[in-house]
Amino acid sequence: MRNKRGWWLYLLPILIGFTAIVLIPFVVNVVFSFFRWKGGMAPFRWEGLGNYDALLHDENFWMSFRNSIFMIIAIVVIPTMIGILLAAVLYDYIGKRFGSRIAAFLRATYYLPQILPIAVAGFIWSWVLDSGNGSINTFLQKVGVADPPDWLGNPDLALYSVMLMLVWLQIGYPVVIFIAALSRVDPELYEAAELDGAGWWRQFAAITIPQIRPELFIVVLTATVGALKVFAPILILTGGGPEGSTVVPSYYAYRNFFELSQVGYGSTIATVMSLVIFAVAAVMLIWQRRSERSA
Amino acid sequence: MSAPTAPPAAAARQNRVSRTPMQWLVLGLCAVFAVVMLAPFLLLVLNAFKSGADYSSGGPVAWPKSFTLDAFRDYMSMVDFPRALWNSILISTVVAFAGTGLALISAYAIGIGRVKGSAVILAVLLLATMVPHEALIYPLFYGAQETGTFNTVWSVIIIFTVLQAAFGTYLLSSVMSTVPKELLDAAGIDGAGRWTILWKIILPVLRPTLSVLVVFFFIWTWNEFYIPVVLLSDASSQTVPIALSTLRGQHSIDITTLNAGSLLSLLPTLVFFLIFQRTLSHGVTAGSIK
Repeated sequence: MRNKRGWWLYLLPILIGFTAIVLIPFVVNVVFSFFRWKGGMAPFRWEGLGNYDALLHDENFWMSFRNSIFMIIAIVVIPTMIGILLAAVLYDYIGKRFGSRIAAFLRATYYLPQILPIAVAGFIWSWVLDSGNGSINTFLQKVGVADPPDWLGNPDLALYSVMLMLVWLQIGYPVVIFIAALSRVDPELYEAAELDGAGWWRQFAAITIPQIRPELFIVVLTATVGALKVFAPILILTGGGPEGSTVVPSYYAYRNFFELSQVGYGSTIATVMSLVIFAVAAVMLIWQRRSERSA
Repeated sequence: MSAPTAPPAAAARQNRVSRTPMQWLVLGLCAVFAVVMLAPFLLLVLNAFKSGADYSSGGPVAWPKSFTLDAFRDYMSMVDFPRALWNSILISTVVAFAGTGLALISAYAIGIGRVKGSAVILAVLLLATMVPHEALIYPLFYGAQETGTFNTVWSVIIIFTVLQAAFGTYLLSSVMSTVPKELLDAAGIDGAGRWTILWKIILPVLRPTLSVLVVFFFIWTWNEFYIPVVLLSDASSQTVPIALSTLRGQHSIDITTLNAGSLLSLLPTLVFFLIFQRTLSHGVTAGSIK
């Protein structure tokens, strides 16, 4: 094991792969962002930072970032909060009083949407939410609502409809991770708390949450990155509409690349989006290291 | 099994007697939530077996008047489903094993070999798992055309092998640094080379983690959307989810047909999920190992 240099042979394949699949394309994409280019054989025109300047004044772009915040609410905030509660209920309430089989069955049910191809999930929801013959509105009409809402067609409502589907998609992920996290918490902590007369809620806040912090961090980090990247649900459910009310950065980049043939501008959006993601992830990682050290 | 006097069984029974209305209420709420989560799936099944006429007269929430396989037949006539299924299986299987293998040898150099700059390499690979595919897609699109892999499964296979392996390397290097040093030293004294140690010692020790990675890579790759939708526009190379979404764009298609297509498209992952359910529930936690 003395020859340190031999190890690089083992790293060679992934370094070549990384360079070809991630590094070069990423750099080329950044280079594109300095040009005005319609794609294909069309001429390249040097723009410098022109695309970036245009981006700062582009209302659609700011709208897409505002919507990213709503995506974070739907993918990070709501599922994490519901997920932690569900996990605690399943693990030490249902699991202990009704048997672990029932708890495992419920857990699998909540996780099911996570293994679904997004193309399928998107179809199901666009059909369930359809204004004319969607299941929700058919049901509402049957119970006597004369004029049910147009879930995906109303600009004031569409974003919330998309969020509903995202919560449904996401919820199983925190539940499963938190249940696994709870299983490694020392039961004696709870026994001691019980002796001190602490109720379920008190134990939840004082023991459960602090004990599963590492998993909590992983869920929040990965889900936040996922929320900033969300694409397929928007493409399939709304196509960014109505009236651009559900546009997100990734969809806006896609539209510029493949529908508007503004490749340079699309690359600019993608570059800015990557930088935002890297920055958010870096801040979260640094913050976590710090709080770990001080703990 | 018939030991009513055994203490654990007795305790369980006592527990059962002491269930309060409050406990039943909590179970009831969890069950209602489960039904809400399952509702979209149930609607899908309900409508996939209806005839088109039945759907337009009864609507989506009515019970079918009769069960028919017409919608499935329609879907199969519009989409080359066996072909798409084969493409998906081929892509996901190759990526799952190649990605895991690539991650294994890379993590070996980082976790065991501790090459210089390991931390930097890991940080860079972590970035690779976060980079939005939008920032790679246009160059990859041209790269695939240049190399003649555009509209073939190979472009997607190569791309996802690398992307999944980046994540796998990150995960496996931390797992490998927990392998006892004595184990490796003993093998080294016996004269085993690096390659032998990897195959004869590391691989068996890490087998559970590796199988989790294989299962995850398979499902993730199967469900991928963005890169396949751009690189696989030709029907002969499309995957199961992409074939479904391409068809959706055409407006004249019956809802029941799309329901049947969706059901067919989610069936493989569902079967896979049920088979590997135990591996998966261990595996999701593997993602939280640091």
